[in-house]
This record gives sequence, structure tokens and C-alpha cells, in this order.
Amino acid sequence: MSEHTHSQEKHITSYKTYFIVWVALMVLTFVTVYISYLDFGQLNIVIAMVVASIKAGAVALFFMHLKFEDSITWLFALFPIALLFLLIGMTILDTFTRIFPI
Amino acid sequence: MANHTVATNVYVPFLEQKGFLSWFLTTDHKRIGILYLISISLFFLIAGVLALLMRFELMTPMSDFVSPHTYNVLFTLHGSLMVFFFIVPGLAASFGNFLIPLMIGAPDVAFPKLNLASYWIYIVGAIITLIALLSPADTGWTFYTPYSATTDTDVVMITFGVFVLGFSSILTGMNFIVTIHKMRAPGMTWHRLPLFIWASYATAVLQLLATPVVGITLLMLIAERSLGVGFFDPAKGGDPVLFQNFFWFYSHPAVYIMIIPAMGVISEIIPVFARKPIFGYKAIAYSSLGIAFISFLVWAHHMFTSGISEVAATIFSFLTFLVAIPTAIKVFNWTATLYKGSIELHSAMLYALGFIFLFTIGGLTGVFLGALAVDIHLHDTYFVVAHMHYVMIGGTVMGFFGALHFWYPKWFGKMFNESVAKLAWFLVFVGFNITFFPQFFLGIQGMPRRYATYPEEFESLMALSTYGSWILGLGVLIMTVNLIKGLFSDEKAPQNPYGSLSLEWQVPSPPPTLNFDKIPIVTDWTYGYGKKKEVDA
Amino acid sequence: MEQANMDHAEGHDLHLTPEQEYGISKLGMWLFLGTEIMLFGGLFAAYAIFRAKYPEMFLESHQELNREMGAVNTCILIFSSLTMAIGVTAIQRGKQMLAGIMILVTIICGLGFGVVKYFEYGAKFAHHIYPDTNIFFSLYFMMTGLHMLHVFIGLAVLGVIMVLTFKGKFNEKYSTPVEMGGLYWHLVDLVWIYLFPLLYLVG
Ligand code: HEM
Ligand SMILES: [Cu+2]
Repeated sequence: MSEHTHSQEKHITSYKTYFIVWVALMVLTFVTVYISYLDFGQLNIVIAMVVASIKAGAVALFFMHLKFEDSITWLFALFPIALLFLLIGMTILDTFTRIFPI
Repeated sequence: MANHTVATNVYVPFLEQKGFLSWFLTTDHKRIGILYLISISLFFLIAGVLALLMRFELMTPMSDFVSPHTYNVLFTLHGSLMVFFFIVPGLAASFGNFLIPLMIGAPDVAFPKLNLASYWIYIVGAIITLIALLSPADTGWTFYTPYSATTDTDVVMITFGVFVLGFSSILTGMNFIVTIHKMRAPGMTWHRLPLFIWASYATAVLQLLATPVVGITLLMLIAERSLGVGFFDPAKGGDPVLFQNFFWFYSHPAVYIMIIPAMGVISEIIPVFARKPIFGYKAIAYSSLGIAFISFLVWAHHMFTSGISEVAATIFSFLTFLVAIPTAIKVFNWTATLYKGSIELHSAMLYALGFIFLFTIGGLTGVFLGALAVDIHLHDTYFVVAHMHYVMIGGTVMGFFGALHFWYPKWFGKMFNESVAKLAWFLVFVGFNITFFPQFFLGIQGMPRRYATYPEEFESLMALSTYGSWILGLGVLIMTVNLIKGLFSDEKAPQNPYGSLSLEWQVPSPPPTLNFDKIPIVTDWTYGYGKKKEVDA
Repeated sequence: MEQANMDHAEGHDLHLTPEQEYGISKLGMWLFLGTEIMLFGGLFAAYAIFRAKYPEMFLESHQELNREMGAVNTCILIFSSLTMAIGVTAIQRGKQMLAGIMILVTIICGLGFGVVKYFEYGAKFAHHIYPDTNIFFSLYFMMTGLHMLHVFIGLAVLGVIMVLTFKGKFNEKYSTPVEMGGLYWHLVDLVWIYLFPLLYLVG
């Protein structure tokens, strides 16, 4: 109760914003499918992940209103992602530096 | 609610209402705390009896009391019940539930119904695990592949039970984080919070973000057994060590889910009975968060001999040493709080002192084990068994017993027999050390864990350990009887028997249903003993 | 004896204000989403490791998946996220009818997603592709299966919310459940945004 004794203005996103985000998402979906037909070697997955992350960011920021949330919400939205990278990173490090690969 | 002012001034203790439904459907955090307390205590006692049976088998080198297979089942059940049913929900679900709203000046937790749901999910998990007893698993509580994927015992059921329990843990963690963020009374700033709250917060973060990983890991194991997938099966291109990576990504943070609440308890008991402000408030508070964070970075120290890469092992060994820093910060600050205090050896204080002493041994031996080269020798020996019991019994259980004796008058409004409590403490303390200290030597001499038989030369230390377990068992028995007897005594507890400054002691014992007549306005920190004002704020 | 550090005489009423309840629900929901990220995270981690280990297997196997169907489902899910978001804004502006219809559309999209997935799974089984075919398909079935489970849970939750919306339980003053249902639904979308390229496009 200490944190918000005064009522916060609730932010209401306009329909227009949603439409713009939606169009962007559709375009990005098209882009990523299109690129998947071309062969960039190892770059393919990098591009796909970058595009996916932009899409995910758009969904989180606008559809989920993360843009208007307080720092605690941001913290709890981002910290799990950092942990996930830790899990993936360290497990990969272990798996691929073994002398006796399993 | 204006017309309630008259009504709320009538004191109705939360225990007043009787009847099955008043418990079954309660959303009162204090009652849910009691439900948890009873459940986890039952599991503690059951798993304790299993331990006594194991120790009985180990009195002689041969497997003459139970068969090796039965022995495997015994340690699997003992470990699983103790870890997943007792110590992980443990202090957080019981005392955390009871204390958090009271300590921060709130009428209840943020999500009272979810709180109830999480208890019943816990019970569902327990029932599933009971069904699993039809063909009890023999894998050890760690469910390591490949054995867990191939044994004919029922691994699917018990891991599913643990999976369900995970939800309970997650919901509790989520509830507490929101409660601590959003429900603090006016004036209860972060730096005025009791340290138990900081500890609960750190624990809750771990529960929230580590538990789902073990959940999905167990699901993968279940898929391995039921759908024939091969994530962990080398024959199908899988990797058994991957299971260990995932498992310990949860289970190392989980050991801090077990210990951090106990550290919080110690931080509450010590200043009250030393009658001094806690020394190094901020250091203790932030070290809880520090421990929680670092605990995510050290998981592979359980896998040094599992065939992980040298590079990874070296990094994880180094990171493991980092945990010792925030842990030591706490121990030093508790000791500094004791220094020149007017110490009163109440039974709760005895448990707290026991904690400091035993946990230090446990923590330091953990640092030995974290040293890569040393661990190659000690891994999977009784040294590890001794280490984990020094931290889990010497640490968490001491904290749990201390909390029981400390908050008993508040929670139940009754008093127990203090002399008997001291006697029980003595037996627990002595029995524990006789049981587990010899195991350090056994481990160094090479006695591996999880065997029903052993070479003759270990017999004397093994037998000594078994005798110790009887003293420990007797101590726990006397303590339990003493606490239960106290419930039926006529002696009513005063509101604040120890002159504590924390909010929960400023309401009647037992607390009224909604805790406070009005949300209090907090004007100072919790540890102003000897009239010292707020820490450098 | 020391003084207790609180003021008994003054103090607030025990009940939470609607704004407090709103803040509580929202933070709780975000924490829950964090948990979900870690739950799927285990599978994403397994994916990363095995893909790095067996690039050829992943490349070959992923060609068995139907890229068009995956793309169609992606569009369906993104559209459902749009309608859900519109539903939230509608109810925040007090337009109950519009909000209800938008949630209904969201649900229909979710069902459509399920139908496409049903045909996809069917086609896989018809080709004798099962979870134990190889690690790629183990991951495929587990990831999409867990995701599907979330879709179903989401549909159930949204169903209840839709009925309550049409009954007029929510309005510009109180729209918390709609917003929470929305957050959950968007998470389902978020997960799919990663699953789609990982499984269907780059394997
Ligand atoms: C200073 C802090 C600690 C350090 C550095 C530490 C380090 C370690 C290491 C390196 C191991 C692996 C030994 C091996 O298997 O070879 C281990 C095992 C273990 N530790 Fe700790 N530890 C610490 C505190 C704790 C705490 C607080 C708990 C629980 C309350 C705990 C519970 C356990 C358990 C249960 C095991 C054995 C797991 C198993 O294999 O069944 N530790 N510890
Ligand atoms: Cu560990």
C-alpha cells in the first residue's frame, strides 16, 4: 500500500496503435517466411530469431502494455529471459567443451 | 466499511471458528499456515522414521535388516519426502504464510484464494505420490537418468507428484512477492521491513523462477518413459548429463529455497534475545537477494564427476565460492549482534545459536566440496551426506524448530513447557552431531553414499552414527510431544512474552482474524532494541 | 521497555481500494508469465543444445513439417492477439458489446488454431512420425503440445470471461479479469512467435 496511495492513471491504448502493430507483425511474419526460402547458411536462424524477437517485443510492449508498466514489472519480465540465456549458455558451454563428448 | 469500527474492536481470535469447512475452505493466511504446518510436520516425521530405519540397517556391514532394493526405496522416499514435501514448502509455506501479512501490517496475503488453492495442490501432489508407493521408485530423490528412465519401479507417478507440488510452490512464491510489494502498511518502507520478509522475498523469487525448470525437466523424463522420446538417452542421441544440468538448475536454487527462510528466522530471534538492534541490517537484507541471485550460477558443482567439461567445471567451481560471501556476511552479522548483548537462552534462542554453529560447519564443508579437485575425491561419499545434513538439519531444521518455539505463543495463544523444550533441544543438538559428524570421516575414508552394505572397517563409525540417530529421534519426539501438549494446556500466552518490537507481537495472541483493527502506520524499523533508532536511514 | 514502532490509534481501513487490487492482479499475472517463460525455457534450452549437436537431423526433419500450415496458424494467432487487445481497450472504454464480440472472435481464432494443429498432427501420424521418431520430433511434439495445452487453458479462461463480459460484469471502472485474460493470451502468442520459426522455418 505504500507504493501507490494515489490512484495511477490507467493508460488506454488506442485501436489505431493496435492496428499499426498488427500490420507490422504481419509484415514481419511474411518477411521471416520469405527469408526462410533463401539460403544464408548459419545466418538463417539468426535472422529468424531477430525477427521473432522484434515481433515478441512489439506484442509485449503494445498488446501487453509493458511500455506503460513500472520498473518492477519490467524486472520480472526481463529477469526470466536472462535466466533462460544463462541456462542455455552454460549448458551449451558444458556440452561442447567436453573432452569425452556424450 | 465505516460502520465496522465498532464490530472490529471486538477481539475474535482467528482460531475461534470450528468445524471442518472453516478449515477446508479457509482463506485466512494464518489458518492456511497451520494446514501447511501440520502437513509438512507429518511428512517430516514420516520421512524421519524412514531415516531411522535406514540407520538401523546401517548399524552392521551386512544387509541383514532390509534388502538392498528396499534400502534403495527407503532412501528415495526419505529424500523425496524430506526435500519436496517438507523442506522446500517448509518454513515459507508455514511460517511465511503466518508471518508475512502480520509483519508487514496487512490483513492477509495478496491472493487469499490462490493461497488456499496452492495448499490443495500440495495435497493433490501428496496423494499422487502416495499412489506411486504401489511400486515405489528406487532412483534417489534426484531421479538421475539413465537409471530413472530404465528402472521398472514407478518413476512416472512420483515425478508427476513432484511436478504437481511445483505448482503449489510457484503459486506461493508469486503470492508472497506481490504481497510484499503491494500490501505493506504505510510507513513500512523496504528498509524497515523485518529481515524475515527480505528472506521470504528472496525465497519467493527462487520458487517462482527456478521451479518451472524442474517441472519441465520432470515432464521430459515422463515423456522419456511413456512416449519413448530420447532427450536423455545416448542410444537415441540424447544426453543423460543434460538431465543433471536441468535438474540442478532448479535444485541448487532449491537448497536456498530451503535455507533462506531459516536465515530469516534467525535474524528475527537473535536481536530479541540479545536485546540489541540487529547488526548490519542492510548487509543481511541484501545478502538474501545476493544469495538468491548467485544460487542460479553454481548448479554444476553437483556434476563435477558426471563427465561435464573441464572448462565448465572450473567456471562453476569458481562461482561456487562466491556463494560463501553473502553467506558469511550473514553469519558475521549475527555474531556481531550477539556481541555484548544481554543474551537470554530461551529455547528458540538455543535453536538459533545451534543454527549458527552447525550451519557454519555445513557451509564451510560446502566450500570444500565446491573446490573442484577436492570434490573429485569426496563426491557421492558420506562427506556429501554429512554436508547436506549439516545445512539442512543443522541449518533449516534448527531454524524451523526455533521458529516453532519462538512464534508458538503468538500462533496458538498457548505456552509449552520451557524446561522440556530445552531438554529436547539438547538431545537434538547432541544426537545430530553424533549422527552426522562421524560421516565426514567416513566420507573422507571413501565410504560411498546410497549403499546398504559396507566394508567392516567402517563399522564403528557407522554404528556410532546409528546410536546418534536414536538420540536425535528421541529429541524430536520429546519436542513434538511437548509442543502438542502445550496446545492443550490452560496457560494462555501473553500478547508479547519476549518484548519484541515486530508488528506481529503488537496484536493479541492468537491474532484476530483480520490481524489488525486498522492498518497500522509504521514509524520506525523493527529492531530498535535498547532504544537505538533506525539504521543510518 | 522499548516502544513498539507503530501507531495504533491512527491507521487505514483494512480494505483494498480498486486501484490496489488492480495493481496486485497485474503484478501477479506478470510474475506468472515469468514462470511460464521458464517452463517453456527448458524445452527451448533442449532445442538449442540438440540443434547445435545435430544440425543435419534438424534440417532434414523440419522439412517434413508443413510450412504453409504453420504460417496460417501464425497469422490466426496474431490476429487473435489483435482482437484480444481491441477487446481490452473496448472494455476499458466501457464498450461491453464490442469487448464481448472481440473476445468471441479471439476464441474462434483459438479454436481455428486447434483445428489446423489437429490436421497437422494427423498428417504426421499418417506419415508414421511420432514423438519417438527422433529428437527433433520429440521436441516438436512436446513444444507444440505444451503450447496447445496453453491454448486450451486460454480458451477455457476466455470463455468464462466472455460470458461475464456479455452479462455486463465488466466496465470502464472494473476490467481486471479481461486484462488478465488478455495478458495470458498474448503470452500464448509470444511463445508461438518463437516456436514457428524454430520448428517450421529454420529447423
Ligand atoms: C556455502 C554454501 C554451500 C556450498 C558452497 C555448497 C556446496 C555444495 C557442493 C559443491 C555439493 C556437491 C557435492 C557433491 O555431490 O560432490 C553440495 C551438495 C549438496 N548440498 Fe550444498 N552447499 C552449500 C550450502 C547448502 C545448503 C544451504 C543446502 C541446503 C539447505 C545444501 C544442500 C546440499 C545438498 C542436499 C547436497 C547433495 C545433493 C545430492 O547429491 O543429493 N547445500 N553442496
Ligand atoms: Cu548446490
